[in-house]
Amino acid sequence: MPRDTLTGSRIRERRVMAGLRQADLARQAEISPSYLNLIEHNRRRIGGKLLNRLAAILGVEPNLLTQGAEATLIASLREAALGHPQSGPELARVDEFAGRFPGWAGLLAQQRTRIDGLERIVATLTDRLAHDPQLAASLHEVLSTATAIRSTAAILAEPGEIEPEWSDRFHRNINEDAARLADSSRALARYLESAGDASADVAMPQEEVDAFFEARGYHLPGLEQGSEDAQGPAAMIAANPALTSAAAQDVALRHLDRYRADAQALPLAPVRAFVATHGVDPLALAAAFNVDVARAMRRLASLPNSEATGLVVCDGAGMLTLRKPVRGFALPRFGAACPLWPLFSALNRPMVPISMLIRQPGRDAAVLRALAIAQPVSAPCPGRDPLYEAHMLITPAPGETDALAVGTTCRVCPRTDCEGRREPSILSDGF
Amino acid sequence: MGKHVLLIEDEPNIIEAIRFILSRDGWRVDVHSDGGDAVDQISSRAPDVVILDVMLPGRNGYDILTDLRGRGLSVPVLMLTARGQTRDREEAIRAGANRFMTKPFSNAAMLDAVRALGAA
Repeated sequence: MPRDTLTGSRIRERRVMAGLRQADLARQAEISPSYLNLIEHNRRRIGGKLLNRLAAILGVEPNLLTQGAEATLIASLREAALGHPQSGPELARVDEFAGRFPGWAGLLAQQRTRIDGLERIVATLTDRLAHDPQLAASLHEVLSTATAIRSTAAILAEPGEIEPEWSDRFHRNINEDAARLADSSRALARYLESAGDASADVAMPQEEVDAFFEARGYHLPGLEQGSEDAQGPAAMIAANPALTSAAAQDVALRHLDRYRADAQALPLAPVRAFVATHGVDPLALAAAFNVDVARAMRRLASLPNSEATGLVVCDGAGMLTLRKPVRGFALPRFGAACPLWPLFSALNRPMVPISMLIRQPGRDAAVLRALAIAQPVSAPCPGRDPLYEAHMLITPAPGETDALAVGTTCRVCPRTDCEGRREPSILSDGF
Repeated sequence: MGKHVLLIEDEPNIIEAIRFILSRDGWRVDVHSDGGDAVDQISSRAPDVVILDVMLPGRNGYDILTDLRGRGLSVPVLMLTARGQTRDREEAIRAGANRFMTKPFSNAAMLDAVRALGAA
């Protein structure tokens, strides 16, 4: 039912909220109860003076009766309904619901938004607790140091004499452990505090590097050929206080060296011209510029305004070493990714480009084109098996509907009939 | 010479404190800090009691203990862990631990546990 025909429903809702009987409102508005009844059931259009008179009696602005709920509210209710089709919400009457019960509709929309936010936090934190080696190591460090202090202090506090040599040694140990405990507990506190805002947490080296690239839109003008503000990778890292740890700086340096080499092999201007003509086609770009496909993928994902082009890179063990997200394709923050990704299929067939349409579950899911390839990380060496890394470029696939269902990571994947599942999903565990 | 305890732990100051407490109680205390060859060390040194930390370099305590029991070695084992959750306790028992203590523990409780295992 169109929204502008629901004025009567809103009048009825406001009348009920005001505690007025239909006959009372009709009398005050100087119309018959039967006519008001027709209006309230949307069987008579209303406007002009009568609308203003009813609005004044009900104590609301006339446009609140004619325009009804905000479009965003309607959209939010629709999303809530689509997320729980098993409840059988009457989707066709969502406008009527929002119009007749604006308070309840607003509350439902707010609750849905809050539940979504909490689900994301639960998923992120549970994923972290299950997989985060830094948290486990940090807790172990704190508890081990506390154990040493407690045992040593108890020895010193016991009645009776301890030989001076032992006494000195235990005092020194306590002093050392106290300093260690202060450092480790501060680090743990910082870590846990940042867990409340998962998006801002950059505790892991790889996360710091991901955040570095994300903040720059994955494009680094300072490393482009002929750039006026050119600077070397080392200088760029030194000038960036967000890369706090030596490990993160080391990881970033390797990425930036590779970026600069990519930019030299595939200069920005001709690549942009190529893309303008041929689109985001890494195979064609690689052939045209005589570079390998992985380099072409990285270059396409680092062009200015390339938000629609995602890229993930993994090493031979399947560890994600570069993550450029794209709308409709969620990337795991911790732990292993979905083994169904073409990225991992590529590791089984080195040097063979694998092109597939994929789709993840979830509200933002979209069909995407994934092109993956695994290439050796170094030149051939006699008698040694090559090490491979795999790249997967992800681009929109408008109009496509038939796609391989893949996930993000098992912990937050709702699929139950997956042969690649490693562990139960928290989404089916009652969270 | 008193009974023999093998402490498998990698935290130097915990080692020093436990060594002091047990030595004073008459125990001969050997220490090993690498999980990788811990089973061989237990097998060759044949202690009366083993104190085994869970998080060790090379190999974790659960794997060590499972391997130990798999080889038919029934030496009493006191496990030390930084996690006190039920599932950790259950995992320790399943692996074959005789006692389980969560860090930080009291010296008296640790000593009582070792004495009890040594007397068994």
